[in-house]
Formats: sequence, structure tokens, C-alpha cells
Amino acid sequence: MLGFSRPQAAAFLVMTILVIAGPFVLYPIFLMKVLCVALFACAFNLLIGYVGLMSFGHAAYYGMGAYVAAYAAKGWGLSPEIAILLGTLTGAALGTVFGWLAIRRQGIYFAMITLALAQMAYFFCVQAPFTHGEDGIQQIPRGRLFGLFSLNSDMAMYALVAVLFLAVFLLIHRIIHSPFGQVLKAIRENEPRAISLGYRTDDYKLIAFILSAGIAGLAGGAKALVFGIATLTDVHFSTSGGIVLITLLGGLGTVFGPVMGAVIYTSMENYLAQFGSWVTVTQGVIFVVCVLAFRRGIIGELAARLRIAL
Amino acid sequence: MQINVISKNIGGTSGVSDTILATEGLTREFRGFVAVNGVALSVRAGTIHALIGPNGAGKTTCFNLLTKFLQPTRGTIRFKGRDITGLKPAAVARLGLVRSFQISAVFAHLTALENVRIALQRARGASFDFWRSESVLSVYNDRARALLDDVGLAEYADTAAGQLPYGRKRALEIATTLALEPEMMLLDEPTAGMTHEDVDRTVALIRRIRAGRTILMVEHNLSVVEGLCDTLTVLARGQVLAEGDYASVSQNPEVIAAYLGTADA
Repeated sequence: MLGFSRPQAAAFLVMTILVIAGPFVLYPIFLMKVLCVALFACAFNLLIGYVGLMSFGHAAYYGMGAYVAAYAAKGWGLSPEIAILLGTLTGAALGTVFGWLAIRRQGIYFAMITLALAQMAYFFCVQAPFTHGEDGIQQIPRGRLFGLFSLNSDMAMYALVAVLFLAVFLLIHRIIHSPFGQVLKAIRENEPRAISLGYRTDDYKLIAFILSAGIAGLAGGAKALVFGIATLTDVHFSTSGGIVLITLLGGLGTVFGPVMGAVIYTSMENYLAQFGSWVTVTQGVIFVVCVLAFRRGIIGELAARLRIAL
Repeated sequence: MQINVISKNIGGTSGVSDTILATEGLTREFRGFVAVNGVALSVRAGTIHALIGPNGAGKTTCFNLLTKFLQPTRGTIRFKGRDITGLKPAAVARLGLVRSFQISAVFAHLTALENVRIALQRARGASFDFWRSESVLSVYNDRARALLDDVGLAEYADTAAGQLPYGRKRALEIATTLALEPEMMLLDEPTAGMTHEDVDRTVALIRRIRAGRTILMVEHNLSVVEGLCDTLTVLARGQVLAEGDYASVSQNPEVIAAYLGTADA
């Protein structure tokens, strides 16, 4: 089914059921946050898990996607689907420029360049008038989807976010299991060898980077509409760091890992919030345990135990 | 008049028409250290040509220059009469000059079948179609299995390449290279680190695949070179020391000195 192996199909079915049943049990706003973060993590995982590129500045695409979607919805009064689309295109466009620069270097240098470029994007957002600096863009209207369906109720908005999430999840799965994805994996495993077989690996890396940045922009745009705000936190490097941790926690290079990581990370942020700064301490401890005890991440470890691909 | 002369040089592979790969004054410097110095190499089509020499002689650097993984400081490289000095490595590979690596270069987490298929997939041109299912690649499965069978890996088709024993990894690498049907293969120490049994298997394999191809190989194992290669080029300190068949080269006093050190050194 859809190129899924049997265990993956089962996992996808369980995930879909949880996504559908979720809002009847838990607070929809919280679940939408989980889904947006999960999308963002899936985008990041596409790069690190399947091309072996460690981007340390993914908040730039997420945050700029959020700002542009926010401005499109509030400033220009565009409908939500157009706003999110513009957020996606912003992420992809920024990813084209930043990716084009960054793929010229490997490993830690690649990570540092993506971080430096993301910091430039951050300072742009601090200075640019349309972002309203520290205040951010607030009270963004959710508007009417295709000009027809009002998204003001949380359930309506949830339906949109859930559909987006599932669709993009399937898209990423398809990317990984496409002829293109095969070459990406070859590059991850041994780039000089891929070159020696005649592949212009830079082209493949750049396309993967643009796809990843575009999906991050989409996640940011959706998030801006869900909460009605786009702020400097979205472009801050702590967001870039967070997404790395989420992906590691869930299991990089697994399709479901980033989703699991997003569920756990967002839940911790949400339910431990009352303990104040203890959240950070708890997160720290969990990550140390994760790195020491199960390096493949939760889903990665599970898959290895069961000898299946997830 | 001048123009005529130049165009003539570009157009014809004049004279030595059976030379497939030729270099002139090939030089590579690393911050003052000259790793390869004015090497003129000429490989005849259809032969197995060995590049030998003591450690640090510049053999692997030479390989990297020929396949454009390194850019030469000076000199030219011609492949099938065409100047490839300014090309990118991927472009050189697409012309039919394909290399292997000193360390076994396989895609460890992909199966042996997928490894070979990555090379076969080149036939579709660039694979940028991320929206298409990988099932379109199954048309290559039969050819991939045939290639694996050819190098004695049929039973390992669905094993992850990283799980294969060392000798089998090298065989897989050769199968992957063969999948491109290259006119010329560059093998960097194909038998390095192998057991006797694996060496014999690899030599037999190279003998079988040489039909219709040219092979340039770096090799330390002289008994392999003796049995397999038509021509030898000996490199020492980045320069060509001697060239010829095994019998003449192995008698050359300079070569013996380079390998064993001179008596008065």
C-alpha cells in the first residue's frame, strides 16, 4: 500500500486513527501544535536522515514561513490556503539560496553555514518592520478555507492541519521511496562513490534541501494560523536546536521517529510547563538518557528490536 | 594558418589512435609538496595497465587526478581523444571512465541489489523524480541480479552491503562499476587486504570482465600484476620511473632500487 512495508502500513493506520480520534479526547490546540512540530521535524529528518545533511538553521524556513503566512493572512487578507502556500514557497525560496551556499561544504562546516545564515534571517526579522520585532504578528485571522469554510472553530482548523499533516507525511514517504530517494540514500552512505557513478550529487542535495525547507515553511505557516501569532521565537536558533533534539529522540532516518519525537517533546513542554525552568532540566536529562541508552531514538530502537523498518 | 593547426589538433587523435587515456605533464602540488610531477601516461585501449610504486609514490593521487576528484595543478588529460582536464568528476564518469576506491566503497545500508541498481539507474539520466514510486526501478532488477550472479553474489542480493565480508564487498563494488558498462575502469588496489582465496577470485573476475574494456589498476601485489597486466608504469616520488611489460620492468635496476632502497643510500 503506497509503497509501505506491512509494519509501516500498520503504523500509518494506527497514526491516522490517533490523528482522527485525538481531538475528541485531547485539547485540539495542543494536538495541532504537535502536528505542526511533527511536520517540521519530518522536514528536518528528510535532510539528516536520508541525505546525511545536518542543518542547524531550520528555524529560518519555519519562522519565515510563519511570518509570511501571517502577513499574507492579516496584512493582505488572503485566504488561509494561499497564506500557507506562500509560507511554503517562502521556506523553499529561502532554502534555495541558503542551501545553494551551504552544500558547498561538508559535515560540521555545512552545519555552521546553515546556522550562520539562519542567524542572519533572525536578525533580519528583528529589524524588519513587518514582523513587529518583539511583539511579532498577532491576532492573525484564520479566515475561510477556499473562501467557503470558516476555520474559526478549533475542530475545523484541526481538520485542515490533520489533512495537511497526513498528506505531507505521505509525500515525504514517497520522496524517500522514489528513484530520487534512492540516490539520496546513496549520497548519505558514500558521496564520493555516488559521484564516481556519474551523479551530480550537489544537484540532488540542493533539491532535497529545497523540499525540506519548503515543508518547514509549510509547518510554520500552518502554526501561525493555528495560534494566530508569528514571533521571533519561531526563527530563533533554539527552535533549530529543538528540532534536532526531537528528531534524535524519535529516531533519525525513520519515517515515524520525528512524529514520535514531536509528540513527546511538545507534551513535555505543555504538561511540565507548570514546573517552570524544570522543563529544560527534564528535557536535558531525557536527551542524555536517550543518547546514552538508545542512540537510534525511540522508533529507531523499536524498529531494530523488531527487525523491521519504521 | 595558426587556426588551422589548432583545429587539426583538436579534431584528430592523430597517430596513436589506440590510446584511450593519455596524460601530458600531469602535475599536482600540495602547498609546495609535489605529489605527482610531470607524469606522461599512455594507456592503450583493451589492455590491463598497472600503476605500481612504493608507498607515497603518488599512485592514488594520480587516480584522483584522472577521475577529476582532484584538479591538476598543471598538465592535460585526454580520454578517447577528448580533453577532460576541466571536467567535473561526475561528468568524467558519464563519459565511461569509472573508478573504484581503495577502501571498499559500497552503500552500506542498502542491499547488494540496490547497490547495483543505483548504478543501473544512471541509464534513466538524472533521477530527480521524487514524486514517482521506486517501483519504476524494478525494471533493473533482472540486470542487477545477473550482475550479482556474475561476481558470485547471487545469494546475497537482499543482504545489506555493510553486512558482507570484505572480499564480497569488493566484488559488489566491481559489480556496481560494471553496471555502468564503462569503457575504462580504474581499480584502486582491488586486492588490498584480501585473503589468498579472495585474491584468486578477484583476479579471475578481472580476467573475465576485461573483454572489451581497458583497465588501469593500482596494485601492490606483484604476483597479481605479473599474471594480469600487459603494461606496467612504475611511479616513484611522483614521477614515472619506468614503463614496459613485467619482465623488463622487474629487471630495471632503478625500479629495484626504488622498492628496496639503494645499497649506498
